[in-house]
Amino acid sequence: MSDTKYKAPDHFQVDELFSEEHKIVRASIRAWVDRSVKPIIEDYANRAAFPVHLVKELGAIGAFGPYIPEEYGGAGLDHMSYGLIMQELERGDSGIRSMASVQSSLVMYPIYAFGSEEQRKKYLPKLASGEMIGCFGLTEPNHGSDPGAMETHVEDKGNHYLLHGAKMWITNASIADIAIVWAKDEQGVIRGMIVEKGWKGFTAPETHGKWSLRASVTGELVFDDVIVPKENVLPNIQGLKGPMMCLNSARYGIAWGVIGAAMDCYDAALRYSLERSQFGKPIASFQLQQKKLAEALTEITKAQLLTWRLGTLRDAGKATAAQISMAKRNNVFMALNIARETRQILGAMGITGDYPIMRHMMNLESVITYEGTHDVHLLITGNEITGIPAFK
Amino acid sequence: MKILVLIGNVPDTTTKVKFNADKTAFDANGVQWIINPWDELALTRALELKETADSCIESIVVANVGRVETESTLRKALAVGADEAIRVDADPKDAFYVASQLAQVAIGFDLIFAGIEASDYNGAAVGGMLAELLAIQSVSAVSGIQLENGSLKINREIDGGSQTLAMNLPLLAIVQKGIAKEPRIPAMRGIMMARSKKLTVATPIEVEPLTSILSFELPAPKASCKLVAEDQAKELIRLLHEEAKVL
Repeated sequence: MSDTKYKAPDHFQVDELFSEEHKIVRASIRAWVDRSVKPIIEDYANRAAFPVHLVKELGAIGAFGPYIPEEYGGAGLDHMSYGLIMQELERGDSGIRSMASVQSSLVMYPIYAFGSEEQRKKYLPKLASGEMIGCFGLTEPNHGSDPGAMETHVEDKGNHYLLHGAKMWITNASIADIAIVWAKDEQGVIRGMIVEKGWKGFTAPETHGKWSLRASVTGELVFDDVIVPKENVLPNIQGLKGPMMCLNSARYGIAWGVIGAAMDCYDAALRYSLERSQFGKPIASFQLQQKKLAEALTEITKAQLLTWRLGTLRDAGKATAAQISMAKRNNVFMALNIARETRQILGAMGITGDYPIMRHMMNLESVITYEGTHDVHLLITGNEITGIPAFK
Repeated sequence: MKILVLIGNVPDTTTKVKFNADKTAFDANGVQWIINPWDELALTRALELKETADSCIESIVVANVGRVETESTLRKALAVGADEAIRVDADPKDAFYVASQLAQVAIGFDLIFAGIEASDYNGAAVGGMLAELLAIQSVSAVSGIQLENGSLKINREIDGGSQTLAMNLPLLAIVQKGIAKEPRIPAMRGIMMARSKKLTVATPIEVEPLTSILSFELPAPKASCKLVAEDQAKELIRLLHEEAKVL
């Protein structure tokens, strides 16, 4: 029996737009986060350690590849469910959501969408259960917003490829059993391939000293003449479109996820403001605190409606990359602002690990940068309006 | 062997309770509904019994009395592992009315679990009433249940200690906390599989409830807490005399 006090805001009765099954999905992940994430996450974030024991639990609850068909170990749920799962995971911590995002959207999705039947059967069930961890290598030290200019490349050696290059800012890097790596072939065409841990010449050093996503593993992938068998190349995709489709799926999850972080900040600040007394009355009585809370609720409500509509479009196969981009940008900015504002409601208490807000705020500084920066997403909308890509 | 678990559909424990204008009915607007926590633990124990190596349990059925909107609570029970569900299509008017409706569908079960109370009205009456209506034995305040070679061993908390009983089937066990450690959380695959599990809707019988609600009252709001500094003992005594009036 849960004794959590968390109450998710739903000012516009958005709940009525979800099916009963969606609500069971959300309640399940919420209960799991209360049981397995909330009690431990501050300690792990403090120590900059990833709670690796949660990987198997995430697999058991079904947070990895929920929209992948059952025959490959997924749950066969819709994208609205995936969004709600991400929302609830990120209420716990953006690092935990990032882990599940990468595993689902950047590893399982490309194997399912672009892989051979053998690749699907070999990897997807183990990734779904958490027996295997995956990571995704696109960003490079010299190529962030411009991944098409990547330097990582392969040489065709007849029955195998030889992979050279390096990837950076890779979630799960040092704990991953496989990496989905994007590299150019000798014709300059981007190809995706599954690279396994332990292959000669493949190393994955961890990146230390982060002030954000501290309960998540980040690292590099270094390929020094790694022999990649040709059967490990994803056969059904070529070009930048492949990684971009993966990022679409991940960005969709982020647009939902950050609402969870924002709601957690709002909930913590609302309760604190009603309990904390100054000048003989709760600080929630003061106009400037009410302003922060009212603006937070307004922005959360708008984000909830935006993602519900986005989920409906995605389930109908109609959500565009530009729509997903706008939702990711809007919602991450919303969540980061709410974290900053609600932190002030808690005064000095807000900077401690007794409350989740400062941790969410630091996490969101990464989320606003990864999977397309805040600025580049704005230019994607600009391109949509004008037909002129200003980011090039 | 077949097990029936009674499932109450109750407001989430974080619900802010409100009533309608004339205070005769609970205002369900915007409320999240959950499985009654005691019933959820009973279901968890039933699932554990079914999963034991020498299990002789063929199926676990869950049942409630409620309108169509309560089906998501039954679906959740199916998602954690119940095999099928029965919903008696009626508003649960009082304990006798609910027990009477359940008595029509609780036929042919060897073991029935009922939570000792429900977290909404705390009536603590349905389990005992149902056993009487079915004319089967019941045991209350059950905090442990083991099934070995088809015979039941029951643990009960009693004043100052505990009691262990051997019981025959059929039996209605009214369970309290301790029957299982913690409720199971439905996994995504379970939620998907629950879609195709059987949910039977039963027509209610004509029965008059024994009680009717005249009105509800919310408890008086809690007075705010006053903190007195540690060196202000005199002020504390004055407050206890003059404001709290407990001295």
